[in-house]
Amino acid sequence: MNPSEIIQNNINSLSYFLPELILTGMIVVLIIADLLLKKENSAWTSLLALGGLVIAFVAVLNQYDLGSRSIFNDMLAVDPFALYFKLLFLTSAAFVVLLSIGSVELAGRPVGEYFTLMTALTLGLFLMASATNLITIFISIEFVSVTSFILATYLKTRRRSSEAGLKYTIYGAFSSGLMLYGISILYGLTGTLDIYEIGTKLAASSPNSLALLISIILMLAGFGYKLAAVPFHFWAPDVYEGAPTPITAFFSVGPKAAGFALLIRFFNVAFATEATNGEWAAIAGVNWSQLLAVVAAATMTLGNLVAIVQKNVKRLLAYSSIAHAGYALMGVVLLSDQGVYATLFYLVVYYLMNIGAFLVVIVVQDLVGSESIDDYKGLIWRAPLPAIAMGVFLFSLTGLPPTAGFIGKFYLFAALIKGGPGFYWLAVVAIINSVISLYYYARILKAMYFDQQDEKEPASLAVSPYYVVLLIALVVPTIFLGVYWAPLADLANYSVEFLRAL
Amino acid sequence: MNKVLTLITFLPMVGILLILLVPKNNKTLIRVLAATFTGLQVLLAVWIYINFDSGTTSMQFREQYKWIPSFNIEYFMGIDGLSVTMVLLTAFLSFICIFASWGINKGVKGYFAMFLLLDTGMMGVFCSLDFFLFYIFWEVMLLPMYFLIGIWGSPSRVEPDGKVRGGPYAAIKFFLYTLFGSVLMLIAMLVLYFNVDIDPNTPGIQHTFNMLHLMDQSLHTGVLNDFNVRLWVYAALFVGFAIKVPLFPFHTWLPDAHVEAPTAVSVILAGVLLKMGTYGMLRISFPMLPDAMKWEYFAYGLAILGVINIIYGAFCAMAQTDLKKLVAYSSISHMGIVLLGMSGLTSLGMNGAVMQMFNHGTGTAMLFLLVGVIYDRAHHRNIDGFGGLAVRMPIYTAAMSLAFFAGLGLPGLSSFMSEVFSFLGAFGSEMFNLKAITIIATIGIVLTAGYFLWTFQRMFLGELNPKYKDLPDINGRELFTIIPLGIIIIFLGIYPAPLLNLMKTSLNELVEVIKAADPILLGLQ
Repeated sequence: MNPSEIIQNNINSLSYFLPELILTGMIVVLIIADLLLKKENSAWTSLLALGGLVIAFVAVLNQYDLGSRSIFNDMLAVDPFALYFKLLFLTSAAFVVLLSIGSVELAGRPVGEYFTLMTALTLGLFLMASATNLITIFISIEFVSVTSFILATYLKTRRRSSEAGLKYTIYGAFSSGLMLYGISILYGLTGTLDIYEIGTKLAASSPNSLALLISIILMLAGFGYKLAAVPFHFWAPDVYEGAPTPITAFFSVGPKAAGFALLIRFFNVAFATEATNGEWAAIAGVNWSQLLAVVAAATMTLGNLVAIVQKNVKRLLAYSSIAHAGYALMGVVLLSDQGVYATLFYLVVYYLMNIGAFLVVIVVQDLVGSESIDDYKGLIWRAPLPAIAMGVFLFSLTGLPPTAGFIGKFYLFAALIKGGPGFYWLAVVAIINSVISLYYYARILKAMYFDQQDEKEPASLAVSPYYVVLLIALVVPTIFLGVYWAPLADLANYSVEFLRAL
Repeated sequence: MNKVLTLITFLPMVGILLILLVPKNNKTLIRVLAATFTGLQVLLAVWIYINFDSGTTSMQFREQYKWIPSFNIEYFMGIDGLSVTMVLLTAFLSFICIFASWGINKGVKGYFAMFLLLDTGMMGVFCSLDFFLFYIFWEVMLLPMYFLIGIWGSPSRVEPDGKVRGGPYAAIKFFLYTLFGSVLMLIAMLVLYFNVDIDPNTPGIQHTFNMLHLMDQSLHTGVLNDFNVRLWVYAALFVGFAIKVPLFPFHTWLPDAHVEAPTAVSVILAGVLLKMGTYGMLRISFPMLPDAMKWEYFAYGLAILGVINIIYGAFCAMAQTDLKKLVAYSSISHMGIVLLGMSGLTSLGMNGAVMQMFNHGTGTAMLFLLVGVIYDRAHHRNIDGFGGLAVRMPIYTAAMSLAFFAGLGLPGLSSFMSEVFSFLGAFGSEMFNLKAITIIATIGIVLTAGYFLWTFQRMFLGELNPKYKDLPDINGRELFTIIPLGIIIIFLGIYPAPLLNLMKTSLNELVEVIKAADPILLGLQ
């Protein structure tokens, strides 16, 4: 291609980049608005951010008519797969903005930059979901990481928050370094950065499988860091505990889902060849699907086992979200449309129930000023609604019907069983993990429902109507999707159509 | 009335909605609402009993709708002779238990809402003919049970040996055990789903959760043609159901749950929930994987586990000083008889087993209710702490003696018939040689008579403990819950035909189907 064609391609691509452009514009608007607004009015920026997210949402919906295509000279993809994740990012970002508005942790602080950074983070997630070139993959990951570092330390006067930011940064730098090394090996083996070309070249030639394995493992470090998958999970509990709770909620959903988007796209395009009936084959020489299966099993097991001993609800949920990344990974290892579909479905369900659980943490923080399990004692008698909502979210996280969490797990198990006896062992590991997870979720349940409250504490706590609305807004879909989930299932099914559509 | 099963299943849900609207201080209205809706359920059950055609083996009162078409999940309800008995039992015991719960004063609204949710779950399990739907109901039962034991059971306490016991402990133990079982069941269900093809023209596409299709061996394909896989699937289902029964060695949750639960919850637990395990075997594992059931090790294993339950349960019961724990272990013992009856694959044994399920439901319900009565008065259940109560509480003593005699299988009372059927059925089995096993099992009868009579003697005969010289006798509300059970126990003891006729066609068919499953084709030999 000559330079003028390249420029023309870039200009033509802009119209397919509308949601991202809207977010970019909104970031600028937020910065200016924050300058103009007085410090005590900075909360108004939240509404601007919310507005930007809503407009971007509409723009993303409109892209469904455009069909799949590659833009910016094959740097990014616009396809149903990316759109599915973008919708997920926007809705979760919007919810987190809503959580932040009410949060006591942020009350009285200038929040202009906060919402600006949230919007920027969302933009980074967008890029992750559609990156198809190793360069864009790397840049988008870094983009998300850097904004996350700042958001994690947003409460700079709180020691734990600063500690969290530092840990996050160091681990982030470390894993990016590893990933960059992996990228360079892969480039050395294939001579290209485009993942589609990598796929064809690897399929055509049979490169040194040891070098390939090393590059896969190094790339996994980058993805695993975003997923908080074992053994790249060490940052997660500290960051989750130290960051402002709304941001914790966002970290546990947004970047994690984006990590899945990248992982699925990258591995299934670059390291697999299409076979028949929605099942494809791993590239010869490296059995990365078994490798991922081991990572999945280790992730869920470690997350669940460590969660058992936690005393702080936020930290407990941090470990539980590690475990859930392990469950969702089960769908990726199967090398089948059914598996990817189950993962996509699970991520949305997980988003609902996990944000819901963090919302209850925020509400309780607001009411009793603590995140310790002990302070949840007798919550059902003091503040019934948050307690019941927490019950629903925890049962959903455990995977019990009639909640969305059950359907999510059901699809994952179904994909595993359909995949044949090769992965039955993973199903057994997942079963045992489900039982373990009930054990520690039940510790919160027990405190809330069974234990007597401290007599010094007030007998009833008033929950603000704002939180009541938010709680109901998350409880209803969590139960509804457990009873009737066909629309979401259809959307997820449609969104698997990405991989070889380009 | 062609939607009678939906109605009887979801009626309690309507009750829940209404109860949630009642202000929480209006406790009487909440109780009355709960009683009304379970009462309506009993009326529906009676209607079902009258209109049930016991001459046919096919499913009746069917309802079938698409639910999630992409996975071929259906809302499919229907009952046959096996499930109708359980539906009747559930409706009846739920109604009685509302009255046994009248005295609950803490969180009344939550209690009755949970109770009715449990009711819906139980009904749903017995009415579902879609495995997925069955599973949903099966799991839905866990949540209310967890809360009923945990919140309204006895409070947490530290035992002398430093262990923490009490309602919350028992609740989570129950929950963890049953969750483990049900996730195993989920896996087995999915293996069945993906390896049953309802349209042979498009292999690997049209799967189903429809139980009637899953039972059709000719539709089994894929890994289900591998006998080893079938054994594993059967084992997974078996463990899931065995935990519920509960079968030795999965039984340890039961005594805890019973001791800590409030009376009405114990009644439901022993009366209905334990039957889910054996019901699941008869509805799911036996007909879907008959060859695995007939595999020698599994068949004899089933009988042997049944006998262990009978004997071990009886010995444990004998060692108890807590009356409620004694009744709990007697349940383990009596459920063993059900297992033994089923294992012989004879028409006699099978009918005996299901009769025993029903009779144990009524008998043990009465026992637990009576334990609750004495506990409400004396605030303890230590058998040795009483004595001579017969003088003070003659009506109570009469009721208790009826329940004890029913428990030990006295001729003329309902469980005599079912026990005899079960033992004879197992003894006379043509497929398996269970004679020695059955003879050993009969020791259990002697042991049962031993602990019941010994307990009776310690509690009701001898010197009256002076502490209890003013103990009031059983009151009207309590009698109201007990008398109907007593009538059923005596009536079915003298004339079991109504119960037997209801189920025998379906059960005989079930036995034939299992027996007829071709062992050579399926690789048994």
